[in-house]
Amino acid sequence: MSQTMPQHRPIYGLMAEFTSSHELLRAIRASRASGYTKMDAYTPYPIEEVWEELGHHRSKLPAIVLTGALIGIALGFGLQYWASVINYPLNIGGRPLNSWPAFIPITFEVTILVATLFAVAGMFVLNGLPMPFHPVFNVKRFALASRDRYFLCIEADDLNFDREATAQFLQNLNPTEVSEVAG
Amino acid sequence: MKGKKRRESVSTTILAKVPVVEPGHTPATVTDQISSVVLTRTPKWWYAAFGASFLLVLLLMQAVTKLLVEGTGIWGLNVPVGWGFAIINFVWWIGIGHAGTLISAILLLLRQPWRTSINRFAEAMTLFAVACAGLFPLIHVGRPWLAYWLLPIPNTMDMWPQFRSPLIWDVFAVSTYATASLLFWYVGLIPDLATLRDRSISRVRKVVYGFFAMGWRGSARHWHNYESAYLLLAGLATPLVVSVHTIVSFDFAIGQIPGWHATIFPPYFVAGAIFAGFAMVITLAVPLRVIFRLQDFITLRHIQSMAKVMLATGLIVAYGYLTEIFMAFYSGNQYEEFMLLNRIQGPYRYHWYALLLCNVLAPQLMWIKRARTSPLIVFVVAMFVNVGMWLERFVIVVTSLHRDFMPSSWGMYHGTYWDWATFIGTIGLFLSLLFLFIRFLPMISMFEMRTILPESEDSQA
Amino acid sequence: MSTTSTAKKRLLGTRGREFWRSLEELADDPEFEQVLHREFPEQAAVWPEGVDRRRFLQLTSASLALAGLAGCTRQPPEKIVPYVNQPEELIPGQPLYFASAFELDGYANGILVESHMGRPTKIEGNPDHPASLGATDLFAQAAILSVYDPDRSQAVRHLNRIRTWRAFVDDTRRGLNALNALGGARLRILTGPVTSPTLAAKLDEVLATYPQARWHQYSAAGRHSGSSGSRMAFGMEVATRYDFRQAKVVLSLDADFLNTGAAAVRYARDFMGGRQIRSVADSMNRLYVAEMTPSGTGAAADHRLPVPAGAFDQFTAALASALGIPEFSPPELDERLLSWVRVVARDLEAHRGACAVIAGAYCSPAVHALVHILNDRLGNNGRTVLHSDPIEARPVDQLQDLQTLVRDMSAGEVDALVVLAVNPVFDAPADLDFAAAMMKVSRRIHLGLHDDETAELCHWHVPQAHDLESWGDARAFDGTVTLRQPLIDPLYGGKCPLELLQLLLGDDGLSNREILERFWQQTASSTMSVAAWRKAVHDGFIRDSQKPPRAIETRPDAAAEVAVGLSATTDAAITVVFRPDPTIYDGRFANNGWLQECPKPLSKLTWDNAAIVGPALAARMGVANEQMVRLELEDRALELPIWIQPGQADRTLTLHLGHGRSRAGRVGTDTGFNAYSVRTSTALWRAPGARVTPLATTYPLATTQLHHNIAPVNLEGEEAEKRHLVRIASLETFRHHPEFAKHAGHAPTADVSLYPPYEYNGYAWGLSVDLGACTGCNACVLACQSENNIAVVGKDQVQMGREMHWIRIDRYFAGDLDDPQIHHQPVMCMHCEQAPCEVVCPVAATTHSSEGLNEMTYNRCVGTRYCSNNCPYKVRRFNFLKYSDYETPVLSLMRNPDVTVRFRGVMEKCTYCVQRINHARITAEKENRKISDGEIVTACQQVCPSEAIVFGDLNDPESEAVRRKSSSLDYGILEELSTKPRTTYLARVQNPNSALEAEKKA
Repeated sequence: MSQTMPQHRPIYGLMAEFTSSHELLRAIRASRASGYTKMDAYTPYPIEEVWEELGHHRSKLPAIVLTGALIGIALGFGLQYWASVINYPLNIGGRPLNSWPAFIPITFEVTILVATLFAVAGMFVLNGLPMPFHPVFNVKRFALASRDRYFLCIEADDLNFDREATAQFLQNLNPTEVSEVAG
Repeated sequence: MKGKKRRESVSTTILAKVPVVEPGHTPATVTDQISSVVLTRTPKWWYAAFGASFLLVLLLMQAVTKLLVEGTGIWGLNVPVGWGFAIINFVWWIGIGHAGTLISAILLLLRQPWRTSINRFAEAMTLFAVACAGLFPLIHVGRPWLAYWLLPIPNTMDMWPQFRSPLIWDVFAVSTYATASLLFWYVGLIPDLATLRDRSISRVRKVVYGFFAMGWRGSARHWHNYESAYLLLAGLATPLVVSVHTIVSFDFAIGQIPGWHATIFPPYFVAGAIFAGFAMVITLAVPLRVIFRLQDFITLRHIQSMAKVMLATGLIVAYGYLTEIFMAFYSGNQYEEFMLLNRIQGPYRYHWYALLLCNVLAPQLMWIKRARTSPLIVFVVAMFVNVGMWLERFVIVVTSLHRDFMPSSWGMYHGTYWDWATFIGTIGLFLSLLFLFIRFLPMISMFEMRTILPESEDSQA
Repeated sequence: MSTTSTAKKRLLGTRGREFWRSLEELADDPEFEQVLHREFPEQAAVWPEGVDRRRFLQLTSASLALAGLAGCTRQPPEKIVPYVNQPEELIPGQPLYFASAFELDGYANGILVESHMGRPTKIEGNPDHPASLGATDLFAQAAILSVYDPDRSQAVRHLNRIRTWRAFVDDTRRGLNALNALGGARLRILTGPVTSPTLAAKLDEVLATYPQARWHQYSAAGRHSGSSGSRMAFGMEVATRYDFRQAKVVLSLDADFLNTGAAAVRYARDFMGGRQIRSVADSMNRLYVAEMTPSGTGAAADHRLPVPAGAFDQFTAALASALGIPEFSPPELDERLLSWVRVVARDLEAHRGACAVIAGAYCSPAVHALVHILNDRLGNNGRTVLHSDPIEARPVDQLQDLQTLVRDMSAGEVDALVVLAVNPVFDAPADLDFAAAMMKVSRRIHLGLHDDETAELCHWHVPQAHDLESWGDARAFDGTVTLRQPLIDPLYGGKCPLELLQLLLGDDGLSNREILERFWQQTASSTMSVAAWRKAVHDGFIRDSQKPPRAIETRPDAAAEVAVGLSATTDAAITVVFRPDPTIYDGRFANNGWLQECPKPLSKLTWDNAAIVGPALAARMGVANEQMVRLELEDRALELPIWIQPGQADRTLTLHLGHGRSRAGRVGTDTGFNAYSVRTSTALWRAPGARVTPLATTYPLATTQLHHNIAPVNLEGEEAEKRHLVRIASLETFRHHPEFAKHAGHAPTADVSLYPPYEYNGYAWGLSVDLGACTGCNACVLACQSENNIAVVGKDQVQMGREMHWIRIDRYFAGDLDDPQIHHQPVMCMHCEQAPCEVVCPVAATTHSSEGLNEMTYNRCVGTRYCSNNCPYKVRRFNFLKYSDYETPVLSLMRNPDVTVRFRGVMEKCTYCVQRINHARITAEKENRKISDGEIVTACQQVCPSEAIVFGDLNDPESEAVRRKSSSLDYGILEELSTKPRTTYLARVQNPNSALEAEKKA
């Protein structure tokens, strides 16, 4: 952070707006070529390439969900076994205390339930949601990100970040507009 | 690699004769047109429609109050027919719900792009149907204030539910189903909520939508985790939806009453559920697309595809009926035989005939292309199916019970005024919720619509 | 205005000595009636029209409830001591049993009454009493409810205003003295038939005191034909009883001797004792029944023949001639009937001295006389048939007696009428117009349990003390003197007939107990020692006091007279047959909810009566069930619904008496249709030449076994056979195939289950029902209702199929519906070892005990009704609404404290009387021993007159239950469902006459 300039108010980053996903993708490639690493792209709908171009790979979510499922199995069957064999054994219609075939449906449902909860919770956690406020919202036109515009934001804590240079660099990618993202 | 897959599915879309979206739409137009339904002033007719359905909700409240005060006896139940409208309606509603999950989950996995414009309100429909369904198990018990004893929570008697009972399986299945559907629906809504947050002018709306959007920014990271979460949920919902109606069918199949105790029940119930569900989706989609001028997004392509699904599942259901008839005689079990003859010749035979007309004959129209591309005809057939599926449950529940093993105990069952009031009341509840939904939430998933627009497609080429 | 003028006219018309209440009453102006009702709207105000019968027990005014409560807590000073100094034998929670008597039309049956803390809660038979042998009929069981009936009359009334007993005493004294001054009060006392020695003696005293007084006896369902029949045959009143233990062949001529009549309980035991088939070695008696309208006895018969009422007398004539009695010639009858008669006659001949012919109480006197002659000729007298002096204290021709009374009253020759515990205004023959005649009497006094039709028209009404509230005595069918001791002080300060008569004698100081003791200890006829008296009271009857059998010859010219006396018709028109209602009798039990809701044998009707006709006749008339018809007899008409009864004789229409009461109480008022309105003194039991015109309207009837049109009845029967629910074989078949019952079904083998069987060491309770012994008398249904606090639900709920009885008697017809095979099958919970109900209960409210009981935990039940759906036997009952009454204290006093009263929304069912099991277990454990066989007796078993039901420990090889279940006749129903029922049945074995079988085929 040696080059950061003290006289200026610290900012979150610089944001460029594009009208199509091609331009966005081109911009991302360019930025990475020129060594930027800390950046994020905002699109009105999921575009897998964007994520890949940004240099990320697979998500941790499947693993989380699997864990949830396994917990569910244990929980589901455990509850039934404990309740009807250990805690309160009863002779029900001459069936054995551990009528495991009858316990399967509930085990299954609990598995699904816990897995689902893990999936949703996991998604929120990984996305850092809920996050009622985020600096990018300071950009007026960012509202269009949820309509039809594509944004690329190079964040200030990137090693190569330089307020003027980076701004200039983004301008060269001929976006609709480049704006500073107040910190 | 995921992107590649999408491209394939997309190409099929483009090749298809009727597109899933009429040409000339851009993300902007799609967004504006769909969100405008929510963001513009409330039309007069909406108040009328909502008011009307809310009157029915009041009827429901009245019926339930009466029930709580006086007891289950206000219904037509008796010994031997211990279950009646309540269970029939429960199965009917839960079945209707299934289409929503099927469209949003299974069709997603099958990469059917035409699902996109109908999955949102189909899912909403699922939720509301499950809400209506869930009401019945609660109120149909003799002492509703103790219904919570069906939940596995330690109570004053330090006792647990009896886990061998299909009713307990129901409790778990239905509550899981409700939870999963709700989450699935909500997760699907988040990006659109963000859109509404960004587009609504009024401060209040901004705050409310913003609150539920949870600060969604549509960043690449968001989209990435979001997509895999959405797929995983779909992957979980698919076996779930199958298991739910399987378990509902166990309510009967596990019992030993002739006409209940059949191994065909699970598949045939699941098919029936999808059958009924699609009928209901059609019942809703056909008028909605006209009222809100959404013909561009809900095209004949959709109507037709849904009609085909309805036909296919209808045939499976018909096969189910055939199997019942065949097994009754093939089994050589006199009780089964009698049950079937009683269905055909007994006092409730007309219910059975009507059911065959609605569920087996009516859908055959869908073989004809002209019929299944005419929204009106498809709508009418769907109405038949709605009635037919209710009758099916009536036949299964009542005609099986009213003459079972002991001839001395045979009886008859007739729904009372309060049976009907409760049933019609839940229809009111369903419609009220639906009207609230279309008023305050985008009934078509905007961000998914954007993805299937040609413009955005080649953007990824 | 007009009132006074009419009154004047009446006054001119009347002779000097006449008292009147007021001008209006004299003018008996309808307006005045209205005024009365407006002024005293008790009933009207508290009970608005269309009050829901279902909740009849719940509905009662606080005042009355409190009165009941206040009354109940007092104990009779004689026997049961108040708590201030608690007697040793009275342990809270431990019931005491007191011997007492239940009377119906004067005839007594010995009972033991269970008393909890001074409250009678259950009635059992008195095992030592010859008429009971431990069992009772359904009426005795229902008596408990009658005691606590909230509608019972509660106060002395004068002109419908509440007065004190004292006021009544004074007024009556003054009146009677005034009359005596004028040369003897022309007093008339009307009672039912009286067998009580004490009451009779007291009446004689009264007659002595009032030289002008007369005593009349009449009962609507009394022994009319019987007594005239015996006069015809013997020239005097003779009481006839039967000893079926000696009878190998029995021919019943329309006699329902197993289910109705003073001796039914004993007869059922004796007769069924003669046909208990367990193994091929056993032998059995044979029963022929020829009847006009199907009965339990008919259903139990080996050969049953429906005989049209119009032709019945000639049918008996045919029998006489077949038995070679010269005075009779074979009449013009259907050959089917004649050949039947010939075969039966041969069989009787073959069993001279070991057979019995018995005539139904409602046959013509001539038939009764003829039966005496036949038994005489068949040498049965002194063997199977025993004659003795009459049982009644003063036997009279009741009809004549009543007619005399009415004549005197109409002629104005009666100054005062005392009606003792009868209701002639309702049940006297219509043509006598008793009410009108009675209104001519200027002093009318009524003693009764209810403020009924007669009470309404009397000046004074005095509430009667119920039998269980007062001392008394009466004779049983064989004359045994049965003593009645009260279990509780009169709830509403009622008086018994003895006390009222005592009052007429000018002394009301004497309690009825003192009267009774004085009679038995100090009258010339009997002088019992105090010790003997104590013993008798304890036993409930005086030993060896029955009337000794006497050899009485029939008059030589009797046969000739009978031949003339038998009605000559073989009538082609419809004949109406009157019968007391199977459950509410002659109407006196109309306000008893248990009896109203008890399904009538065979028709399974509840809460109503109907015009019962056979399928053939119905088809000819073109009428359907529940269709209203207009029934005309001479100039009287009655509109009522049709009920089609398989097995009903052709051209015969049965009408049950007792319904259609206008003033019975909340339960009994306006149920059914008043058959008395078409019943005349010329045709008490059989009215020929009835005209029936179908009407367009219908009237819903409530049955517990569904068939709204006749077709399903057939279906029911066929399916019941296909499903082998009822298994039957002739004795011959049984001897060839002892295993027929087992082979009929498909009981799965033990290894059929995937799961290992549960071990039941210790006790394993089970129950066995002998189908051959069941006569469908309903006693078990009532006993269960009383023992287990089972709620009454009302007609509308029965119509919806929601009756609550824990044990039901299934009834199936097989074959030709005009002459069907009739089967009874009592069904209670099977306590399946692999109970389908338990597995589906989501909250474990119904579970299995370590002794194999299928237990309902009421307060765990949430009421999903899944168990009931999944129960193949459909024995579970659900409280769809709040059926049990929690409001009326007087009813909570009636309940069995050992059994939970079930709340709305809860499932219930037969528990094998678990409270009795636990009671026995506690006693046994205190004494550190095992429960011995027969120590636990379920309510249904205890009451069953024919010992059809046996309960016991299946792990005790010596138990009677095991002995029965080891018989090859033992089978379980629907065993193929692998439910392993603990309740099983003994197949019914019949003993048909091969000769008749052959004819049937031909």
